[in-house]
Amino acid sequence: MLRLLALLCCLALPSHAEEIVSDLSRDEVSINVTFNGSDILVFGAIRRDAPEPDGLLGVIVTVAGPEEDITVRRKDRRFGIWVNVDEENIVEVPSFYAVATSAPLDKVLLPDEDIREGVTFSQVVPAADGSDFEDALIRIKEDQSKFQLNEGDVSLSRGTLFSTSIELPANLTEGFYFNRILLTRDGEIIDRYETAIPVKKVGIERWLYNLAQQMPFWYGIMSLAIAIAAGWLASAAFSLARR
Amino acid sequence: MQIYLPIAEVSVNAFLLFGLGGIVGILSGMFGVGGGFLMTPLLFFIGIPPAVAVATEANQIVASSFSGVLAHFKRKTVDLKMGTVLLVGGLIGAALGVVIFNYLKSLGQVDLLVRLCYVVFLGIIGSLMFVESLKAIRQTSAGTVVPKRRKHNWVHNLPFKMKFRVSGLYISAIPPILVGVCVGILAAIMGVGGGFIMVPAMIYLLGMPTKVVVGTSLFQIIFVTAFTTMLHATTNYTVDVVLAVLLLVGGVIGAQVGTRIGVHLKAEQLRILLALMVIAVCGKLAFDLIIQPAELYSLGAGGH
Repeated sequence: MLRLLALLCCLALPSHAEEIVSDLSRDEVSINVTFNGSDILVFGAIRRDAPEPDGLLGVIVTVAGPEEDITVRRKDRRFGIWVNVDEENIVEVPSFYAVATSAPLDKVLLPDEDIREGVTFSQVVPAADGSDFEDALIRIKEDQSKFQLNEGDVSLSRGTLFSTSIELPANLTEGFYFNRILLTRDGEIIDRYETAIPVKKVGIERWLYNLAQQMPFWYGIMSLAIAIAAGWLASAAFSLARR
Repeated sequence: MQIYLPIAEVSVNAFLLFGLGGIVGILSGMFGVGGGFLMTPLLFFIGIPPAVAVATEANQIVASSFSGVLAHFKRKTVDLKMGTVLLVGGLIGAALGVVIFNYLKSLGQVDLLVRLCYVVFLGIIGSLMFVESLKAIRQTSAGTVVPKRRKHNWVHNLPFKMKFRVSGLYISAIPPILVGVCVGILAAIMGVGGGFIMVPAMIYLLGMPTKVVVGTSLFQIIFVTAFTTMLHATTNYTVDVVLAVLLLVGGVIGAQVGTRIGVHLKAEQLRILLALMVIAVCGKLAFDLIIQPAELYSLGAGGH
């Protein structure tokens, strides 16, 4: 659907002087038992009908994970201990968000283009501007590598080929991850390209998670059965070893 | 080797969990406690979400208690009647505990409650045990005989008297039920079996003979923690079976090693070591509550 939308956008606009042609290194990310983070390689080329115009060429690659509602809580000292005293609900925050650029962000993206397109962290987090809770959310997400800003990480060769690698952390949320590539000239967006990559639990992870959510009673019984069996085995092995 | 936990949704080192399970297993084998009161805070420290740590630990205790109670059944040191009375209280307590847990979770205060419970109970039990074993060590070295406890106190004057043959007791059913309720609430909130509270309560409050205390306590803990596991699994979906299995394997091996080490140590020395360990865990948790945290803000799942 989004791809179609993007295509329609492209068609609707007057003929592009420069256009992105891009692909990802993989079609999906599978979370299996040994999952410990993953890389997505985003690469592509810029197609031109005419000779390259003047001005600084910029490529911005973003990857945004499924949105979630987050409660940010603030601790304060009460009766000598630190307790949560204040909270703010921030809705529709991407669970993961990475930005990679070919040059410092303020050089390749004008502030009003940022507001229109929503590229920087403060544009992506839909909260009251400059609130302490919003800053805290961004700060904590950056510490967890859930928000990443990698300026200069997109390598651009001969003004045509570009590539970057986006690192996905080990504690990923399932869902669709939207990849967006923006082509800018002197900070103005001249082309955009969007695609999505599914991230999903597979195999036993998938099975256990579904079981826990859909049949919690049987999941609980299964957990207990495993525990009882393990306890019995331990006791049996113990008395065997003693003999 | 990193393992991705399907419910906790974090990736952890499997050997770290084996190791933790093993160390806590050794300690629980040495001291005859479930080890839940040590494991749950350790799981917090390595970054397992508190709700998952508490629910999963309840599941792990089912395994270790079941393993332990089988040995006690063989030695006929389980008072089934007393265990059942404690269990009635325990189930009521566990249900209350999960209700309290969920209410505080909605307020965003669940971490605080769990931590406070730990600090208070570990502090009390640790200090009492430390003082008591210090006294015992002094008395044995001085050569004096420990004075026998008074057999009758206020507990014995309550109504609804019942006969507990294995324990050799004829007391009211009210104190065991109350003890059961308290331990049940703690089990649900703290993710522990409550053995470290149940055992002193049975000896000092109910006056049960020491040899049946551990087996009876384990017997009722199996059912209370099994019930807690089911409640957490069906209301919060926070039991991580992969985490439980990883901890179990280490714990089972550790318990065997621990039992063998325990044989070579004197009872008072064991108790004083356990007391010091309990106080250390309590101190670390209290320190975290009192000292200003580096990050004042925390993130939680939204949902109001």
